[in-house]
Amino acid sequence: MSPWEQLFFSEAFFSASLQLALPVLLAALGETVAERAGLVNIGLEGMMLAGAFCSAFGALAGHSPWIGLAAGAGGGLLLAMIAAYACIALQADQVVVGVALNMLAGGATTFLTRTLFGIGDRPVVPSFVAWEIPLLGRIPTLGPALFHRTPDFYLAVLLVALAWFVLFRTGAGLALRSSGEQPQAAASAGIAVAAVRFVAQGVCGALAGAGGAVLVLSQVHRFIEGMSAGRGFIALAVVIIARWQPALAAAVALLFGAAEAVALRVQALDLRVPYQLILLLPYALTLAAYIGWTGRTRAPAALGKPFSLD
Amino acid sequence: MLSRAAAPVAAVLLALAAGAAILVAAGRSPMAAFGAMWAGAFGGPESLGNTLRGATPLLLTGLGVAWAFRGGLINIGGEGQIYVGALLAVLVGLWAPGLPAAVHIPLALLAGFAGGAAWGALPGWLKARWDKSEIITTILLNYIAFWFVSYLVAGPLMDPQSFGYPWTAEVVPSARLPLLLPAPFRVHAGVALGAAAAVCLHLLLWRTIWGFEVRAVGEAPAAARLAGMPVPSRVVTTMAVAGGLAGLAGAVELLGVQWRLSDFFSPGWGYSAIAVALVGEANPGGVVLSALFFSALSTGAASMERLARVPAAVGDVIQGLSVLFVVLAQGPGLRRWLDSFRRAGPEGARAR
Repeated sequence: MSPWEQLFFSEAFFSASLQLALPVLLAALGETVAERAGLVNIGLEGMMLAGAFCSAFGALAGHSPWIGLAAGAGGGLLLAMIAAYACIALQADQVVVGVALNMLAGGATTFLTRTLFGIGDRPVVPSFVAWEIPLLGRIPTLGPALFHRTPDFYLAVLLVALAWFVLFRTGAGLALRSSGEQPQAAASAGIAVAAVRFVAQGVCGALAGAGGAVLVLSQVHRFIEGMSAGRGFIALAVVIIARWQPALAAAVALLFGAAEAVALRVQALDLRVPYQLILLLPYALTLAAYIGWTGRTRAPAALGKPFSLD
Repeated sequence: MLSRAAAPVAAVLLALAAGAAILVAAGRSPMAAFGAMWAGAFGGPESLGNTLRGATPLLLTGLGVAWAFRGGLINIGGEGQIYVGALLAVLVGLWAPGLPAAVHIPLALLAGFAGGAAWGALPGWLKARWDKSEIITTILLNYIAFWFVSYLVAGPLMDPQSFGYPWTAEVVPSARLPLLLPAPFRVHAGVALGAAAAVCLHLLLWRTIWGFEVRAVGEAPAAARLAGMPVPSRVVTTMAVAGGLAGLAGAVELLGVQWRLSDFFSPGWGYSAIAVALVGEANPGGVVLSALFFSALSTGAASMERLARVPAAVGDVIQGLSVLFVVLAQGPGLRRWLDSFRRAGPEGARAR
């Protein structure tokens, strides 16, 4: 096989794409829930970063990646609650609050990391190991890529299905979507819009935090300052490209994962393409998809607008 | 005027207090840390010069963000616009030798402005024509500009004598900004340019029809359209000016301080500029003050890290908290709550 064939037609490429898509997918899933309820989170990036930091700290302190995952979700949740209080209770501007949270998360995680570990090497944290699903894992080629993976992958697949089911097949989901489309009408139908938005925001923060945690616990294995590297912003674009649909978000996130996998493998295979141009690729691809994806896309009608009864 | 400044000043003081609390929690002495910070920002001619020079890119980019805010647009693309502006400025600064400084400097500054303006106009056009969120497009364009510059300075534009460092050669002397105050201050002419830009923007916003239209489009786009204003083209030009100011910031920093472009050229001025514009309440005068404050904060934090061994990132925390507190003070919820408190005392507030 030529190196270029090795780049695309290999199990390793497919497998890497799936893994690299996970952090963006989890954040995009959370943001889908929040935006369906009418909240836009520019602070997604900061929530991922806080999640990554807390997961590394939690996994180290609790000697388990599961404790790390829970801590990561908690870190994202904490930031989301600050945003929820500011945007829902005080009706502050959602975009600006998000910008502030990103600065805060960047500064706080760097400050804490430098305080705890100095400027030396960051410790490697207990990470997820792959689980093989019996029988299915033995299928040639597809088996190892799909059914011999770290548990966070299976969890993400379940969460996509769960998000779709709750959003579109339950009363709670209907209440959530109506809070994002017609909050006044929802309120007059007896839905507590502010409470619904608080919960949606919490789900978003926990999922974005989990996305940051996955970045640490099954990809990088340690915390590095600024390691979310724009994935939260990419997740924001993914939500729109995927038209606020969980399953489509998974597909679009996979596209991003593939772009990142190409970047990594071009470097590994030494194809003599400048790595900076390869690292540019996921962002250019996301921008192109965002611009090119016309057709009938419509955001939730009350997205980004504060809600009050008077 | 005084009451208008009360909210941001209170927010900044609160953020500084929170920063002190964080230092105490981390087992550090806030007095020693803030003392080192103050000395690093204002403690002598060299420090003062550093603070002024550092304020200039923040001021120019912050003015652009403020201008966009006035036009109802959120420009998170300052970082990319700075890099594109600096790129065009370094090209002119490297490859037009033999020009007199009186031509070379304005040409390089103009190139920087044009580069940033193009990088800002693109998301403006996407917004006006296809209704694509400028928030998302400007953020993505930041990363694209950064990695493209990173490729150029390590590839085609790399200084042959850089010993492997990813940076360009230095711009020729005729393109370098002259010093207004010599060493130890080392304040270059770009500082005056920043101040002049603030005055111009103030006049533009409040004394011209263009500024009136920008504000009208920002505050009531539907009414502006009914009044016959060309709303889509205003969106494009507003973003072009915002980007141009950020590009100018990149050019000024390049021609006045660094002389060469590298991929660690900007420490995140494009993002800090959002804080600068918000704390300055999108008024040119306020932006000048808040650019000085945030520059002092980061200059001071850097020397605090050296002298008191406290991570400089505490400055970023204070910056983020300042923005959060300002926006909380501006949010209608808090304001209404405070109003009801004033009207009826604590009982009224509780009854709400």
